[in-house]
Amino acid sequence: MKRVRALAAKELLHILRDRRSLAVAVLMPVVMVALYGAVIDMEMHDLPVAVLDQDHSDNSRELVRSLGAGGFIVETARLEQAAQVEPGFRRGAFMAALVIPRGYSRSVADGEPATVQVLVDGSDAATAAMAANYLQAVVQREARRIAAGSGGGAPAFTVRPRVWFNPELRSAHFVVPGLVALVLMMICAILTSIAIAREKETGTLEQILTTPIRPAEVIAGKVLPYVGLGALDAALILAIGRFAFHVPMNGSWFALAAYCLLFIVIALGAGLLISAKSPSLRVAMMAAVTVTMLPTMILSGFMFPVSSMPAPLQVLCRLLPATHFLVVLRGVMLRGVNWFPHETAILAVQAVVLLVLAIRSFRLRLE
Amino acid sequence: MNDAIVLDGLFKGYGAVPAVRGLSLSVPAGTICGLIGPDGAGKTTAMRVLCGLLRADRGAARVLGHDCATAALEVKRHLGYMPQRFSLYPDLTVGENLRFFADLFDVPAAERKRRDAELMAFSRLEPFRGRRAGQLSGGMKQKLALSCTLIHTPAVLILDEPTTGVDPVSRREFWRILRELAGNGLALLVSTPYMDEAALCDDIVLMHAGRALAQGTPAAVAASFPRRLLEVTGADLIEAGRRLREASIVGLDVQRYGDCLHLVHDDQAQADAAARALAGTGAVLAPLAAGIEDVFVEMMSRADAEVAM
Repeated sequence: MKRVRALAAKELLHILRDRRSLAVAVLMPVVMVALYGAVIDMEMHDLPVAVLDQDHSDNSRELVRSLGAGGFIVETARLEQAAQVEPGFRRGAFMAALVIPRGYSRSVADGEPATVQVLVDGSDAATAAMAANYLQAVVQREARRIAAGSGGGAPAFTVRPRVWFNPELRSAHFVVPGLVALVLMMICAILTSIAIAREKETGTLEQILTTPIRPAEVIAGKVLPYVGLGALDAALILAIGRFAFHVPMNGSWFALAAYCLLFIVIALGAGLLISAKSPSLRVAMMAAVTVTMLPTMILSGFMFPVSSMPAPLQVLCRLLPATHFLVVLRGVMLRGVNWFPHETAILAVQAVVLLVLAIRSFRLRLE
Repeated sequence: MNDAIVLDGLFKGYGAVPAVRGLSLSVPAGTICGLIGPDGAGKTTAMRVLCGLLRADRGAARVLGHDCATAALEVKRHLGYMPQRFSLYPDLTVGENLRFFADLFDVPAAERKRRDAELMAFSRLEPFRGRRAGQLSGGMKQKLALSCTLIHTPAVLILDEPTTGVDPVSRREFWRILRELAGNGLALLVSTPYMDEAALCDDIVLMHAGRALAQGTPAAVAASFPRRLLEVTGADLIEAGRRLREASIVGLDVQRYGDCLHLVHDDQAQADAAARALAGTGAVLAPLAAGIEDVFVEMMSRADAEVAM
């Protein structure tokens, strides 16, 4: 225990003496929350939309008029034929087009389901998703209005919405839990793997191992300071999320802390495993970024919903600890659920497996 | 076999590549044994086995009678090891480095103070206690590394090329310290690529390709030179070398040593032939007692010739 403390104290000195890395470790989460919170929370204004009204009826004109009502959409072009849509997209004249087909008014009047086409320029996926979303919202509102006007209960026409994200859900609320997962992965996995790989590369590990220290003591001593740093960063993100972006905390803090700790163990296991398998510091750094950070950013549902990914990729997503951790975090913070038997089981198994593998391979390296 | 350090028929390879092939040596307490040989001779591997960092494929390694593989913890308590590279923390101060290793070795608080003072005195690092290790000179770094390996008062010290890359003055001082430690009863195993450091050891082992070419006291090893030796000085050595090559005297080996040539030969006829070849160049030929390096070069070429056959 004394040796663990000595090693941890030494590691803490390394962290504190390396001002630049320390600044990165503390400022990074702050900057990330600020950036992600602000950028992703941005609402869309003045989306350029073209209109192709082939119906030329009161009903269709009413639909077109209602487009501009929210201030989100600006009608930039009035098209005469369908062939004009594509060139417009190519020129970048508008991001979306609303096509009201001939017979729209008659269908509405007859109480039959009418079809309205929404075309979106998908080259900018994020904007496209929002554009499709807004247009659908507008069309649906119009459908309800007509239905109410004709006295019937059912909407005059239906739009099958493709839900990219719920516009009701503020994105900061969604992003902050994701950042907790990302930063814990980065600090715990990447920094620990770097710390151990560095000792291996400079030969200090060789010298430490000729002292009567046990491998478990080496691991514990190296890892503890980073657990602290990771916890500090997580707290920082949650605090900023809560006070600057009003992210709700509907569940219990205790549950949140417990799940964070579980995730930290997983991240540490990954970091240890990477450093044990890497021949050099450079390889360890590259491996840590590719294996932990990138998948956590892209595949965990942090930014892109898992359900919208192709099936093989979804399998990969479900193997990723961050995916399950995110479900838990969002559940605790937003939905106020404190117990996730399914996710807990998966995360616990992953923690045990990673840790056992890490300690094993670390042992082998000493011999 | 009561010696402090014992290797008995050690074999160790990395995968299919053998690093040490049947090395035996023993170092009694109070003496310095030098492992001498070029990079890749197997010096570091042998040392790592003794420290318990590697496990021998075959043969035994013992420190103070404890088996290095099965009683590693006991061995580590009594052993100080200094790896080849500077292996301390450059961002920690001299004092912090020392304290860290004192903690790892569980040095009791009372003893720690006394030991710390002793080490600071002999290494003369006291004025630099608060300085970061990374800002020390090469010689001071080595002394700090040595101090860290001595903090737990080991009985056995294993130093892997401690003077490589250190200036000549610091090297001399370092060896003075090593001699002092041996005088205090420690057993030291020191590897070095420098032949001139061989003379500073009590015993030496000339290593090449994982084997011992020769071992014994430096004097005995030098005396074991099996052939005759002439030293050539006073002439243009390049011209002299060219003439000797052209004369192609069978059984004569020519080696360049800084400011002279060594002519290794077996009989007077070869010596006379060499003298004839060099006639008129102003070269002075004089019989020479072989040094450690002559033994090493001769043994190494024999060992390589055996492998080639």
